[in-house]
Amino acid sequence: MLRAHLQRTVDEISTGSDSDYSSSWISWFLSSKGNEYFCEVEEDYILDRFNLTGLNTEVQNYTQALDLITDNLDDDVAEEFRGSLDVQARLLYGLIHARWVITSRGLAKMLDKYKKADFGRCPRVLCQSQPLLPVGLTDVPYEKSVKLYCGRCEDIYSPKSSRHGSIDGAYFGTSFPHMLFLVYPHMIPQKSGIPELSPPGVKAVEGADGRRGRRPREEAEGTSEVMGEEFSTANVAMKAERYRPRIFGFQVSEIAKLQRWQEAIRDR
Amino acid sequence: MQRGAPRIVDPQPSSSQAQPSSSQQEMEDEEALSGTGEGDEVMEEEEAVEAEAEGYASSTPTSSLTWITWFCSLPGHEYFCEVSEEFIEDDFNLTGLNSMVPFWREALEMVLDVEPEDTQRIPDVSIVEASAELLYGLVHQRYIITRAGLQAMVEKYDAGQFGTCPRVYCVATHVVPCGRSDLPGLDTVKLYCPNCHDLYTPPSSRFQDVDGAFFGTTFAHLFFLTYRELAPAPYYSPTSASNAITPRDSPGGTSSNSNAARQVASSATNYGGQRAPAGRVYTSKIYGFRVSELARCGPRMRWLRMRPETATELDSVDWRGKWIGGDDFEDDDGQLDADRPEEEFDPDHAEGDDDEEEEEEEEEEEGPSSVVKGAGSMPKRRQEDRWTTANDYEAPPSPRPPTPIPKSASMQSLRTAVSSTSVDTPRDEIPMLSPPSPFVRNKGSIAHIFSKPASRGVIAVRTTVREVA
Repeated sequence: MLRAHLQRTVDEISTGSDSDYSSSWISWFLSSKGNEYFCEVEEDYILDRFNLTGLNTEVQNYTQALDLITDNLDDDVAEEFRGSLDVQARLLYGLIHARWVITSRGLAKMLDKYKKADFGRCPRVLCQSQPLLPVGLTDVPYEKSVKLYCGRCEDIYSPKSSRHGSIDGAYFGTSFPHMLFLVYPHMIPQKSGIPELSPPGVKAVEGADGRRGRRPREEAEGTSEVMGEEFSTANVAMKAERYRPRIFGFQVSEIAKLQRWQEAIRDR
Repeated sequence: MQRGAPRIVDPQPSSSQAQPSSSQQEMEDEEALSGTGEGDEVMEEEEAVEAEAEGYASSTPTSSLTWITWFCSLPGHEYFCEVSEEFIEDDFNLTGLNSMVPFWREALEMVLDVEPEDTQRIPDVSIVEASAELLYGLVHQRYIITRAGLQAMVEKYDAGQFGTCPRVYCVATHVVPCGRSDLPGLDTVKLYCPNCHDLYTPPSSRFQDVDGAFFGTTFAHLFFLTYRELAPAPYYSPTSASNAITPRDSPGGTSSNSNAARQVASSATNYGGQRAPAGRVYTSKIYGFRVSELARCGPRMRWLRMRPETATELDSVDWRGKWIGGDDFEDDDGQLDADRPEEEFDPDHAEGDDDEEEEEEEEEEEGPSSVVKGAGSMPKRRQEDRWTTANDYEAPPSPRPPTPIPKSASMQSLRTAVSSTSVDTPRDEIPMLSPPSPFVRNKGSIAHIFSKPASRGVIAVRTTVREVA
C-alpha cells in the first residue's frame, strides 16, 4: 500500500501527469477525456519489439517515447521537450494500438467495448441504435480522423462529439471492424428487424408504430434471423428496411426511381 | 407551482389581435411582468401571484415578445420557424385541428397572445400550455408546406441550422427535419439527408422532445422539390465530380467518361438543375484488400447508397423494379410479347391446348406463364412467313394458320392496342390478305370462359376470335 503510494508519487513527479491516480502512462492515457475509443494494449505486446517494426521511422524520439509509454522514462528530461515528447508518445501509442486492435486479444478487448456500445450508436433511424465500431479511412497518420462504422448499414459516420472527431483514424486502422466481424461472425448484425443487443430505450413497438404512413412494402421484421450462413445474410439484405420519401402519402417519383434501381442492382 | 409562459402581448398595433386594442391597454396597465422568457423561476413566482388574480399572465409594454417568438427561442426548438399570425388566424388553415387539440380555444388564445374573455373558467396553465404547443406544432406542420413556410425554412437550411448529415461520404450535406408520422405522439423529429435519402436521429439530445408530427412527413420532400437546386441528383459520375480531367481506366461507361471530361467545368448542368451528389460508397477492406461479397462479413448493403452514372441508367428498371431489356426468361411485361411470336412458330410444339391456355393467360396475367413460355419456346424458334407471324396471338401453330386469318383481321386493331409494340410490322399486312370478318364476338376477355375449346379443329374459329378479344 505504501509502496503503491510512493510509486504514484514518483510517477507524478516524473511524468507530470495531471491525474493523481494513474499508475501508468497507458492507464492515464485511457482515462483521459476523449480517449474512450482506445483500449488497453497489453504490456507484453509493446515490449516485444517485433510488434513495433517500422514504427521508429514514423515517430520522432522513438526510444524516449517508447520509454514514456512503458513508464521507463528517465526523470531527467527537459520540460519543454516533454510537450513534444508527449505528442510523439500519443502517436506511438496510437500506431501500436492500430496493430494491437487486430490481434486476437485486441479484438477481444474491443469486442467488450462494442457490446457495451462505447463507441456510440448509429444515427440512422432504421439501424435502430446499432452500436458502431471505430475505423480509419487510412493507415497513415495525420490524414483523416476516426470514423464510426455501422455493421448494419455498412456505412461510416462522423463521431458526434468533436473530441472524438479529433482522434486520428490511423490509430484504428482501416481493417479493424471488418476483422472483428471476420473473427466473430456471430456479431455481424442482422440487416433487418429488431437488433438483439438491446438499444437504450428503444421499444419493439417503435418499429411498428413508426411505419405508419409508410407503405408496408418492407417485409415483416418479426423473426430475427440467426446469422448462421452467408446464404441467410444475403437474403436478409433483401428484407432490409428502407425509408421511402413521401409527399402527402405518395412516394416521390425521382427518389422512388432511384431506389427501384438500387434494389434491382441488389437483386441482380 | 405552475410553469408559466410569458404572456406578453405585442403592444404594437401592427400585430393583429382578435381582441380590441382597448382591452390590451387595460391589461398592460395592470400587469408588469418580466419581458424575456429566460428567468423561469421569476416567471413562476409572478405567475403564481397573478394566477389567482387574473388567471393568465399578461403583458408588459417593455417587451414585444410574442408567444410564438418565445416558443421558437426555447432550447431544443431551433428547428421551428415562426408561423405568421395571419396563417393561424385563418380558421380554414386550422381545419380539423380542434378535434386533436384539447382546450382548443384557450390554446389558440395562448398562441395568439390573446387574453381570455372570461376569467372564470380557467384550466390549468400548464395543460393549456401543452395544448398550445401541440396546436402550434400542428399548425407548423401545415405552415411549412406553404410558400411562406418553405421560404422561412430555406433560410434556416442555408444557414445550416438543421445540422449536417452524419454520414461521412455525404460530405456534410445539410439536412432537413422530417417526421416519421403526421400524427402527434408517435415519434420524435428526425433529420432527412437529401443525398443519401435517409433519416437520422438528431445528434443532440435537446431535440428528443420535439414531436415528428410538428414537421410532418411531407415537408422535407416538398422542400427539395421546390428548391430543386438544393437536391442532389440521383445519378453520380465520379469523374465529373472531380475537377481534374482524369480518364478512368475501367472499360465501362466510356460515353459517360467522355461526357464527364467535357462537362467538368459545368458540373451544375450535368445534373439537370440539381446539385452534384456526394456519391462515394464505403468499401470495406482488410489490409487493403476489399472484403469479398461472398464472405459472411462481406458487404451486403452497398446497393443502399449506390447511384448510376447516368440518368438514363435509371430508366433501365421499370416501374415494378424489374430490368427492362431482355435479361432472361424471368422478364415479363415487355419481354413477354416479344417471346410470344417465337412460341407460335414451333412445329414441334404439339400442345395446342397449352398454347390456348397460354393465350388465355395473356389476357389475364402475364407473370406466371411467362416462365413457362419463355423456357419452352426459345430454343424452338423456326423461320416463318410474316403472315403467320401476325397470327401469333390468335392461333396456335402452323396447322391452323389459314383459318384464323379472316376472323382475326377485324380484331387486329384492337389487338394492336392490347399487345406490345414488338411485332407490329407484320400485322399491317393482315387487312390485305383477308377481308374483315363480319362476325364480331364480344370483346371482353371473359369470352373465352364460355368458349372453352373442346377440340382444336371444331372450334378453331371461335378460339381465334376469343383470343383476339
